[in-house]
Amino acid sequence: MNEPIVEFKNFGFQYNAQAEPTLYDINLKIHKGEKVLIAGPSGCGKSTLAHCINGLIPFSFRGESTGTVTIMGRETKDLSLFEISKTVGTVLQDSDSQFIGLTVAEDIAFALENDCVGEPEMHDRVQKAAQIVNIESHLLHAPSELSGGQKQRVSLAGVMVDDVDVLLFDEPLANLDPATGKSAIELIDEIHKETGAAVIIIEHRLEDVLHRDVDRIVLMKQGRIISDTSPDVLLSSDLLLENGIREPLYLTAIKYAGVKVTEEMLPHSIRSLKLSDDDRGSVVSWFRSTPPRVREENRPYLLRAKNITFSYSSGHRALTDVSVDVRKGELIAIVGTNGAGKSTFSKVVCGFEHEQEGEIEFTGCDWKNMSLKERADHVGYVMQNPNQMLSKPMIYDEVALGLRTRGLSEDEIRPRVEKTLKTCGLWPFRNWPVSALSFGQKKRVTIASILVLEPEMIILDEPTAGQDYRHYTEIMEFLRDLNSEGVTVVMITHDMHLMLEYAERSVVFTDGAVIADDTSAGILTDPDIIKRANLKETSLYDLAVMCGIEEPREFVQRFIDYEREVFRS
Amino acid sequence: MKRSPVRTIVAIGIGAALFFVLGRFVAIPSPVPNTNICLQYGLLGFMAVLFGPIAGLLIGLIGHFLIDLSWGGGIWWSWVIASGIFGLLMGCISRKIALADGVFGKKGIATFNITQIIAHLICWVGVAPALDIAMYAEPANKVFVQGLVGGIANIITTAIVGTLLCLAYAAAKPKKGSLKEEN
Amino acid sequence: MRNIFNYIDRPSPVHRLTGATKFICLLLWSFAAMSTYDTRLLVLLTVLSFVLFYISKIRLRDVSFLLSFMAVFMILNNILIFLFSPQHGVTLYGTCHELFSLGGRYVVTKEQLFYHLNLVLKYFATIPIVLLFVCTTNPSEFAASLNRVGVRYTIAYSVALALRYIPDIQKSYHEISQAQQARGIEMSKKQNLVKRLKSASTILIPLILSSMDRIDVISNAMELRGFGKGKKRTWYMARPFKAADIAAMAVCALLLGASITLNVINGGRFWNPFV
Ligand SMILES: Nc1ncnc2c1ncn2[C@@H]1O[C@H](COP(=O)(O)OP(=O)(O)OP(=O)(O)O)[C@@H](O)[C@H]1O
Ligand SMILES: Nc1ncnc2c1ncn2[C@@H]1O[C@H](COP(=O)(O)OP(=O)(O)OP(=O)(O)O)[C@@H](O)[C@H]1O
Ligand SMILES: [Mg+2]
Ligand SMILES: [Mg+2]
Repeated sequence: MNEPIVEFKNFGFQYNAQAEPTLYDINLKIHKGEKVLIAGPSGCGKSTLAHCINGLIPFSFRGESTGTVTIMGRETKDLSLFEISKTVGTVLQDSDSQFIGLTVAEDIAFALENDCVGEPEMHDRVQKAAQIVNIESHLLHAPSELSGGQKQRVSLAGVMVDDVDVLLFDEPLANLDPATGKSAIELIDEIHKETGAAVIIIEHRLEDVLHRDVDRIVLMKQGRIISDTSPDVLLSSDLLLENGIREPLYLTAIKYAGVKVTEEMLPHSIRSLKLSDDDRGSVVSWFRSTPPRVREENRPYLLRAKNITFSYSSGHRALTDVSVDVRKGELIAIVGTNGAGKSTFSKVVCGFEHEQEGEIEFTGCDWKNMSLKERADHVGYVMQNPNQMLSKPMIYDEVALGLRTRGLSEDEIRPRVEKTLKTCGLWPFRNWPVSALSFGQKKRVTIASILVLEPEMIILDEPTAGQDYRHYTEIMEFLRDLNSEGVTVVMITHDMHLMLEYAERSVVFTDGAVIADDTSAGILTDPDIIKRANLKETSLYDLAVMCGIEEPREFVQRFIDYEREVFRS
Repeated sequence: MKRSPVRTIVAIGIGAALFFVLGRFVAIPSPVPNTNICLQYGLLGFMAVLFGPIAGLLIGLIGHFLIDLSWGGGIWWSWVIASGIFGLLMGCISRKIALADGVFGKKGIATFNITQIIAHLICWVGVAPALDIAMYAEPANKVFVQGLVGGIANIITTAIVGTLLCLAYAAAKPKKGSLKEEN
Repeated sequence: MRNIFNYIDRPSPVHRLTGATKFICLLLWSFAAMSTYDTRLLVLLTVLSFVLFYISKIRLRDVSFLLSFMAVFMILNNILIFLFSPQHGVTLYGTCHELFSLGGRYVVTKEQLFYHLNLVLKYFATIPIVLLFVCTTNPSEFAASLNRVGVRYTIAYSVALALRYIPDIQKSYHEISQAQQARGIEMSKKQNLVKRLKSASTILIPLILSSMDRIDVISNAMELRGFGKGKKRTWYMARPFKAADIAAMAVCALLLGASITLNVINGGRFWNPFV
């Protein structure tokens, strides 16, 4: 075996502001050309580990470390950030902040400019890198003119112009629509094969990363590495579920059917999965024995948006003739490509923007002349980016803000805030400043600050972005409880699991128009819509086909119904 | 550990962008017609204290220069320079106030406000009118009155916006070893 | 308008000059116009600036908003000067040719009118040039130009960052404001000043504090890609000087030279037709 490129020896790290270390006793080797996935619950220290590899620790974040980290045999603390950056290329969690140049071309060229590469050579190399990630037709575009997926491609090109030996990705899939996420994983894989660089990916969406092979999965928990093995070994153990990481859906399904997952079945991907005839038989008989659930009768309309057309002041037409009905007490999902107009639609409903054509009715009343504030008493909107909603330095005050402006007394406010903090998993941090939280934790604060107002309908824009499975389940179960108490819930999401599991019905947006409105299982088994809306077929569908089940769509539906029952009891 | 110089560069860029947005688009009309309340000096005072005199100087210069440029009519160098000097003067107390570590108590409030009053007076009743006379040969009484009115308005907004910003920033900054999960 | 640079891409000789040339010319020109009150030179500069404006194919309606704003500003400034110092011209030129009286100290003199004429000419001599700069310079080239004229690249880059983040900050401002209103904070224009300052601060504080967090993330991202390691850096958008660039700079340098020479010949900044 060749020399490791990155090696941790008994490494530990404590941020200055923290009372406890964030990393303990890390021992990890990464070799040239390897592809490693790092997974673990939110806040377990994955990004911190990444910072130790790219040199931000010790050079930018303050704290104390024990043990050693070496890169190409030299300790990072004896190198400089610049020397490390020649070896390790990082794509940060937040692709907006990574985009430094005024245009795509300048951003890709950034590292070369700093290296004093001459102009003709620079133009050449930028062109090449842009071609690899397929963005060369947008070289002169400003960041505001790009979609989330395109920005991600630019950051990728920006680290690839330099020949690095290690590529580090911190949650590359967050905020990407499923198809774009899939092609990002394929792109990373191609780059990995082409350049021979070691690739380290940090990601919650395990099944999506495993779309292409990885060599190892490192599982972390509370600052420690608890497992470091091949995907097949890890997936055939119970470690993932025990640690609150979501396993691939097809594995959940065969486990429900009573099949034991073993390493020999090559469970790392649905394509490699080997099921014996017995196993198939169990899946089929599980399917037959699970009763279909009875659907409820139609309830009265709560919100009716009719033929909405909207353009931004820049002239960009974001919604064209969009009609969406939401019935009282429903839990629905809105899905679709990046830039399809999902967030815009919510903004129009909440009165942040005003439609040019069409009308919005709420419980039968016309909302034309209702102000933003009046609408907010009925509909709560949790925005996509938490930083835009957080306005108070302390968590408690942030959640209490809406109640205070509504003139409640502190005695009434306290129990409500405390209850919400508990349901959102924020109780341990109640006395922390908001700025010390991780992205996922901030998102929960914004959800709490809307939930505490108890609106009749709540719209959540990407509620689970950056959340690990445990918090995800907590938030979603809480929303489902709220829903069963009669609160209507609309979720915008790129997470197909979320859509399948929780939403009865889904509305699909593409290019500012609604192209489908059906049960979630129906949508995720319709290849045409999947393709047009950049969705991803569920692996359950493939499993059903593999087991020779003739109604795959019904199989998917039964799976969801079954899971709902399991969670209920 | 020493602060990285790159951080100061970025602070200047973001600071100038904020200065520009506040000065150009976030205008709160004052009771006096045709004059707006300039919130950007509160920001400049805050950022100068946080990032030091050089950052203060450059945020003021670049931010004000960009505002003038965006209006498309001549760059009023005398006022651009005065804005820069205000940032520079405020930056001089950055060593006295440990805002970066989240410390901003009564003493900090007092130091901040006394300095900002003096700095505004120097800039708007001293530097700006003097340069106006030297560079543009404008009548002295006009430029002094203009400077005085502008200066007083700036003192008031800096006292409110600047102090609030410092307080909020200090409160949001976790103290060393303070973050502990509670049950 | 989303940004400072109102870049309008139409091929013209002015567009083809490099950003650095245009920036140097802007500085030379505005100093030339600033330092002199010699009416003859100001008339020349005004005529030249209108010609350049015409050559650069910028249309009046592209800039009509800025022009009307500047007109208001110019008129106000002239009125203020007259109100505060109706005899400023007399002091400057040393003679007094009264025309008519508006009552009290407000006696209109030829000197005063001539002084105002010079002031207005100064505006006419510079406004077209600034507009030209704003409309024909690609913002991406601006930072590279600053570096070219001798500004340290780190500082030039902070200007580039400012230009990069202005649209982002405007957008966040808008979104934060909406999020706050949705939570019941009143932003209407009808409230009194203190209330409005208070509600403005509920937007400004999150805007500014989140920008402070952003500073850390951006500076990390920049250092990870090697910013600040060398004494120099190159620029993707930089372009080499051509003959036209040299010529343009030479002409502007000549104009500044003329302006300074005239100040020496006239024995001061004013050309005095009254003696
Ligand atoms: N700069 C910092 N100062 C103090 N504490 C920090 C800092 N950055 C992170 N932490 C803390 O360290 C812990 C681990 O954070 P880290 O960002 O590494 O988690 P993560 O595993 O990447 O989580 P996520 O999946 O949510 O991104 C968290 O409890 C967080 O509050
Ligand atoms: N403030 C704005 N001004 C101009 N155009 C905008 C604005 N906000 C969004 N757009 C454009 O409107 C379109 C729809 O954007 P929107 O944010 O609604 O997409 P989305 O479906 O929420 O995408 P994502 O899944 O990436 O969040 C996009 O093309 C976007 O570039
Ligand atoms: Mg992280
Ligand atoms: Mg969106």
